[in-house]
Amino acid sequence: MSAQEKSMSVSDEMMIEMNGVHKWYGQFHVLKNINLTVKRGERIVICGPSGSGKSTLIRCINRLEEHQQGEIIVEGTELTGNLKHIEQIRREVGMVFQHFNLFPHLTVMENCTLAPIWVRHMPKQEAEELAMNYLRQVKIPEQAEKFPGQLSGGQQQRAAIARSLCMRPKVMLFDEPTSALDPEMIKEVLDIMIELARDGMTMICVTHEMGFAKTVANRVIFMDGGEIIEQNEPEEFFANPKNERTQLFLSQILQH
Amino acid sequence: MQQQYEAGRHPDLPPPLVERGAVKWVRDNFFSNATSIVLTAVAVYFLYKVVPPFVEWAFVDAVWDAHHRNECRAKGEGACWAVLRARIAQFTYGFYPAHLYWRVNTAFVLLFIALAPLLFEHVPGRRYLLWFSLAYPVLAFFLLWGGLGLEPVESAKFGGFLLTIVIGVTGIIGSLPLGILLALGRRSRLLIVHTISVAFIEFVRGVPLITLLFIASTLLNYFLPPGTYFDLLLRVLIMVTLFASAYLAEVIRGGLAGIPKGQFEAADSLGLGYWKSMRLVILPQALHISIPNIVNTFIGLYKDTTLVVIVGLADPLGISRATLADSKWQGLSTEIYIAIAVFFFVSCFAMSRYSLYLEKKLHTGH
Repeated sequence: MSAQEKSMSVSDEMMIEMNGVHKWYGQFHVLKNINLTVKRGERIVICGPSGSGKSTLIRCINRLEEHQQGEIIVEGTELTGNLKHIEQIRREVGMVFQHFNLFPHLTVMENCTLAPIWVRHMPKQEAEELAMNYLRQVKIPEQAEKFPGQLSGGQQQRAAIARSLCMRPKVMLFDEPTSALDPEMIKEVLDIMIELARDGMTMICVTHEMGFAKTVANRVIFMDGGEIIEQNEPEEFFANPKNERTQLFLSQILQH
Repeated sequence: MQQQYEAGRHPDLPPPLVERGAVKWVRDNFFSNATSIVLTAVAVYFLYKVVPPFVEWAFVDAVWDAHHRNECRAKGEGACWAVLRARIAQFTYGFYPAHLYWRVNTAFVLLFIALAPLLFEHVPGRRYLLWFSLAYPVLAFFLLWGGLGLEPVESAKFGGFLLTIVIGVTGIIGSLPLGILLALGRRSRLLIVHTISVAFIEFVRGVPLITLLFIASTLLNYFLPPGTYFDLLLRVLIMVTLFASAYLAEVIRGGLAGIPKGQFEAADSLGLGYWKSMRLVILPQALHISIPNIVNTFIGLYKDTTLVVIVGLADPLGISRATLADSKWQGLSTEIYIAIAVFFFVSCFAMSRYSLYLEKKLHTGH
């Protein structure tokens, strides 16, 4: 995607706002003063060494993790202890996990239609048509009646993406979506994600796939020790990393 | 050049007799090495000593037709099954009025119709039958206890296998939902719910069932306002259900603990909310893992129903006591206990088979 193409879909509408967010696990300070805004249509890649808090950061956005200080506002709704608000935000925020987390007792189709039927109260037939559309988009319509355990890792991750899309989310969070995959399957998942980016989906991806970052990201964020160290447009980020830690990290992962 | 084979070695020939079929199977399983040969010999000798005499006693020399024990002994050396024929009604219905047996029979037949859609997925008209299953407990209550124009029957008259089945089925059906709620309660982050669940489970599990039955039969009277009458069988049913539910709660908690955290997170991230994610995502998997243990608990509960004899209910063991006390049939305990054992074995074996069937059906290749 060209720079122009990338910026085209971005609007001024604010999707996610994190202001001075802190989080602790017991004594351990995982997130330190995180300030981040994401606009509609923006695609952000977060990278950083393991334990830097990147997963925790995106998991705070749909409240899989609770933050202790600061505010997180998703689509104008602030995340607090209010269960109604949490569920409302979760409906609009899709998430794809490192280990897919498909429901093993349901077929791929049932995985996809579960939330539309039970959360959006969509009639079964309509939900199935919707699911079939997304399964076609992720190129596994023929797997619809199989159980997750019968699919390859790449197919499972694509099914998981389809399951998320079936809720027609306004933002998609990807938590290291290709880290658990065999190398030959990474591309098939990334291709789907690139396509999704082309369609203008707002995305936040935690990933080490730097090629992917260069292709789709409007902004790359580097985190270390629970802080956002540096963020920039990908060209600039990879060509001229400003911070020492970013330089070190990039030299480590780009060596091979 | 044509290749030469030794006689009997041509690749198109079937394997030699000693390498296939029954011969090979017998050799592999019974005579594969010295230990196995010795064990086979011992087992064969043991079976030879036990089986023929038993068959002779139970079938060949058995007496089916007699009016009392002495007539039996006069007619043959074997088992006196005549006692069962003479007392079959009592063993089945207890002291339920004979002219109302049809009500018990109807309830029994309807029980299977009510269970079918719950146990099996491919039952014709399942959707409508499930409504019947839901209504069945009420229907069975009126059939057995009377009311609504039916002649009332005191529960003291219930007995025999009728009693076993009433207590067993009620306990099983009542304890499952209660056990699930207790298991969820124990994992709850709400302090009050958590504390009540833990206290209930630990108390009920820490007390022998007999004690609970005694509480049901005697102590409860002290707590109820004087003059209120609360059917003994109902009290026993409640106690048995509570007892089983505490055990089930722990079994199901084990199943819940086996569900990966990612499943909870995936359900949460889709916005399912607590009850829906439990019902649609977590419990189906947790119950699946727990099937062997759940059925184990059910079988235990079913056999524990024989303990009610202690609070004066006439389950099959109670009836057998009465029968053995009758001078006409004294001393026939072997026959009677074998019959009761067969009844329990058939019921429990059926449950065990069903659980295997269910596990197989729910297996989805992960």
